[in-house]
Amino acid sequence: MVGQTLIQKILARASGKESEGVIENEIVFVSPHRILSHDNSAAISKTFHKIVGSEGKVWDPERIFIALDHAVPPPDAVKADNHKVIRQFVKDQQIKHFYEGGTGICHEVLPAKGHVPPNVVILGSDSHTTTHGAFGAAGIPIGRTETASVWAIGETWLKVPESIKIILNGSLPKGVYAKDIILDIIRQVTAAGATYNSVEFYGSAVKTLSISERMTLSNLTAEMGAKSGIFPVDNVTDEWNKQFGFKYDRMTADEDARYVKTLELDISSLTPRIAKPHKVDNVVPIEDLEKTYIDVALIGTCTNGRLDDLEIAAEILKDKTIPPGVRLLVYPASQDVLLQATRKGIIETLIAAGGQIGVPACGPCLGAYGGCIAAGEKAISSANRNFKGRMGSKENTGIYLASPATVAKSALAGYITAEEE
Amino acid sequence: MRFTSQKLWIFAEDDINTDVIFPGRYTYEPLSPEEMAKHAMEDYDPEFVKKVEKGDIIVAGNNFGAGSSREQAVTCLQASGISCIIAGSFARIYFRNAINQALPLVISPECSQFVLKNKERILSEMIKIDVDFDKGEIKIDKEIFSFPKLDDQALLIFKAGGLVEYTKARLKEK
Ligand code: SF4
Repeated sequence: MVGQTLIQKILARASGKESEGVIENEIVFVSPHRILSHDNSAAISKTFHKIVGSEGKVWDPERIFIALDHAVPPPDAVKADNHKVIRQFVKDQQIKHFYEGGTGICHEVLPAKGHVPPNVVILGSDSHTTTHGAFGAAGIPIGRTETASVWAIGETWLKVPESIKIILNGSLPKGVYAKDIILDIIRQVTAAGATYNSVEFYGSAVKTLSISERMTLSNLTAEMGAKSGIFPVDNVTDEWNKQFGFKYDRMTADEDARYVKTLELDISSLTPRIAKPHKVDNVVPIEDLEKTYIDVALIGTCTNGRLDDLEIAAEILKDKTIPPGVRLLVYPASQDVLLQATRKGIIETLIAAGGQIGVPACGPCLGAYGGCIAAGEKAISSANRNFKGRMGSKENTGIYLASPATVAKSALAGYITAEEE
Repeated sequence: MRFTSQKLWIFAEDDINTDVIFPGRYTYEPLSPEEMAKHAMEDYDPEFVKKVEKGDIIVAGNNFGAGSSREQAVTCLQASGISCIIAGSFARIYFRNAINQALPLVISPECSQFVLKNKERILSEMIKIDVDFDKGEIKIDKEIFSFPKLDDQALLIFKAGGLVEYTKARLKEK
């Protein structure tokens, strides 16, 4: 057997080829442990019925996961209808893992509710399904029609990808965060640099990264075009898994596994980064940015809307208020996060500083509702995409991506900065 | 399958993302393919919907279709009449979505570079492009470029007319 990377081992197991292993570019057929979808489930259900007829049933109602999150609560009747169609489908098909709007963003809810054990394949009709690599699973994004097809027959074909190895050494300096690491990686790899590849994270620094920080990294591997971005299971993963009582082995890549690219990064010398409009790989150190005033500061999304993110922002904003003219939008990634942040006084701090707290969901991240930007406005966001028009108007607007700490500091200053007042 | 372009749309850029091909603000509205076509390339080139015709071909740089998994970014172009897209490379999910909708995509860095470099002349002289999908060959302006054919599995789906038809057939077999 040729040396196997992590993704090769996971795909080999999922396709019943564990003893012989799989080779790069081989086509395998895989049945997912879970298949994720969200507000797009209504459209998927239409295609599903085109395939199986109006009376057809899904292959396994226990392995389908649906969370409403992209337009929550629905801002208009069209989007409310969309949710209604999904609820009816869930009922008709007896989908077991359905999460009502307000529970949180799909990528946050899926692992937090115990759906992501290590070593499995998670398919998702959302490009940031890569997030689930943080748990030692292969989170692989697919499209809507493909999701409908998996609902019908329970499997799909995957090409075994080539892999990229990223080695992180050192420790993060004060004021520098997981988001800064991955933004710098994207700068180096570029937006297309990991297309069709799977990314694996190694190095001494990885052991010090929390589950939440790993999710930020895995989430953003999607912005290099990656098929998955995986952290090998270690003590941190084991600790997280205790709450679910998962039984699993520690899968590791073989010594002689092949990587098409290896990138080594000493994070000790990293400084805060920012991704400038309109591409995620348009990354510079913040000190190189000209003075940029902002109208909106967004803390939230599946990239950086967790408890540690809100806590970091609250520490910066404690006993301070943002200046007039700046809108600080806070969208906790889930109800659980919101609840914990409330109990810890984090939410109070953020409100007192002038923050507007949204219902746990995607918010303005995709520009459909909840605080879109107007023509000529600039936003700083803890999200993962800064494409033109993504958060609302495309007319002379710009989205800057940074860590929650930088977003909070910029909200206070009124312009983009990583310096504390 | 063979296509000769009506008109060429040359998007001389890398990483053209699905947000500009089909904006996020419409993604959760139940639209027909024809309605989707009205928003095709809206945030990139507003002239596109006004002038696109059936049989037009798009040529772009690398990593076309980056970003979101939204399938409308394939459907809207298909419904607007685009018969084929040629690029240096495609984003992974975009490529799969296109196979699943049976929209022919051609990966040819050489052709992409040639067209992008000669953009002005190709457009002003209205030079057409000819794509032989089965043979894996593109002809333009006396140049011939070959491109890799689809993998067997992708070809099966493509030939069935897309994943809906393919899965239907699979279900029947079962
Ligand atoms: S928060 Fe943004 S990136 Fe994440 S799933 Fe929602 S829309 Fe997508």
